[in-house]
Amino acid sequence: MKDIRYIDGVSSITLNEETCIGCGMCLQVCPHAVFILVAKKARIDDRDGCMECGACAMNCPVDAVRVNPGVGCASLIIKRWLKGKNMPADSCCC
Amino acid sequence: MNEQKLNIPMAESSCCGPRATTENPSCCPSTGQVYEVGTGRPADPKAEVCCGGPPPPPSDPFERPGYSLSPSVRAFKQTGSDFVPLVKTALSLGDHWGTLRVRLGLNREGYRLAPGLYGVGNPDSESPVIVTANYKLTFDAVRKELRDCEVWLLVLDTCGINVWCAAGKKTFSTREIVNRLRVTGLAEKISHRRLILPQLAAAGVSAHEVKRQTGFSVIYGPIRAKDLPRFLQQGNAADEAMRQVSFTLRERMVLIPVELVQFIKKIWWALPVLMLISGLKPGLFSLSQAVERGGLALAAFAAGTLAGAVLAPIFLPWLPGRAFALKGSAAGLGMGFLLLLATRGTGSIPDKICMLVLTIALGSYLAMNFTGSTPFTSPSGVEREMKWAIPLQAVSLAGALAFWIASPFI
Repeated sequence: MKDIRYIDGVSSITLNEETCIGCGMCLQVCPHAVFILVAKKARIDDRDGCMECGACAMNCPVDAVRVNPGVGCASLIIKRWLKGKNMPADSCCC
Repeated sequence: MNEQKLNIPMAESSCCGPRATTENPSCCPSTGQVYEVGTGRPADPKAEVCCGGPPPPPSDPFERPGYSLSPSVRAFKQTGSDFVPLVKTALSLGDHWGTLRVRLGLNREGYRLAPGLYGVGNPDSESPVIVTANYKLTFDAVRKELRDCEVWLLVLDTCGINVWCAAGKKTFSTREIVNRLRVTGLAEKISHRRLILPQLAAAGVSAHEVKRQTGFSVIYGPIRAKDLPRFLQQGNAADEAMRQVSFTLRERMVLIPVELVQFIKKIWWALPVLMLISGLKPGLFSLSQAVERGGLALAAFAAGTLAGAVLAPIFLPWLPGRAFALKGSAAGLGMGFLLLLATRGTGSIPDKICMLVLTIALGSYLAMNFTGSTPFTSPSGVEREMKWAIPLQAVSLAGALAFWIASPFI
């Protein structure tokens, strides 16, 4: 989705190109085409397109992609601020 | 065994004439047989009856005490020792009514179907298996696209939540797939070992873990159900457009009613409070002032709500800035000026400023809350904007309310 963009320079995504085996799973699951495959290695091509959904990290068989996954939802974050860290990490507002 | 399971009603007599019988469909039970539902023969119209007209058709043989037959099911297919429901691919008036209700934010939690194995068309042991969520809106979106397909539908128990949110909440998960495969005994009903998952489930499912634990290969299908037939035709291959989310005007607009209803459910109590505080003045309270200024306050409240929950989603790509709080402020500013134009001639200057600030702050807050409904906002980004936006919104709102109460006293 290149026409609507969100805040740049915030994504927590990292890719260890040395561990990467070039299977292409991250390219398949990413809903924002963040990755490209160059010389049988994945590469982060559009870091600012990343919404940190965590699909790539979940499906990387060699754990080469890391991201602090979550839901970009203000009312959930407000709830967390109000209730402290007691809320389960995987709860969601939607 | 199969006859017992089917519980075919026996012919018997009653006061309302001879009871109609359903033909015994399984005198030679064989796997693969399909039994249509709702085809029970009505009673012989010429039969002598004691009360009213001839009776309507008898209960369906698939009905069970304590359960109701889903109106989405058209037939049952005998598969091994089980009867797998085959679903209709045309949505009924009732389905559209249900869609309308959840789109308005009503009964969203209860809008679900029983998890398990379903079929579309007349699938056999070679047919593909499509995995989906047990949110009825999701299920309807999938089945209506599959009218010309013969597939199995493995409906997971995602607690009635749509695919992407369920993946985020980990109810659409590796664990639930492993569990549902076991409960349905799918491996015994099909000859291949492939599951087609919606791509957006990938945030909750680990394909290599499913493979390791069950032997089933996970194939990530398209994001949108409408691309499923083409994906299947192309031999389970997705093109680039199928793999990327969109957020078109139409997709943004269907979300607006839910945003509005949820906000109003949360905030309705504030409206009479706003009227009350608008009437405060030296010497306690004036009803006429409460009506006049309260009307203005409510108008500002409505303008801010419209700006943040309706205009911001509609004009999202064109509003300035990246942060939703900023986009909402811009929409609020626009609505605020329109409000001042519409109410010129009434109210004092300080009141006008309060109304403008209230509209902007509310627009900003509501637009910021819309982040949760979009398919592209990262949690890091949302947290970043909230750190500056929430204090500003809170100070503006508190300031506007304080001045609103204080101005008749000055």
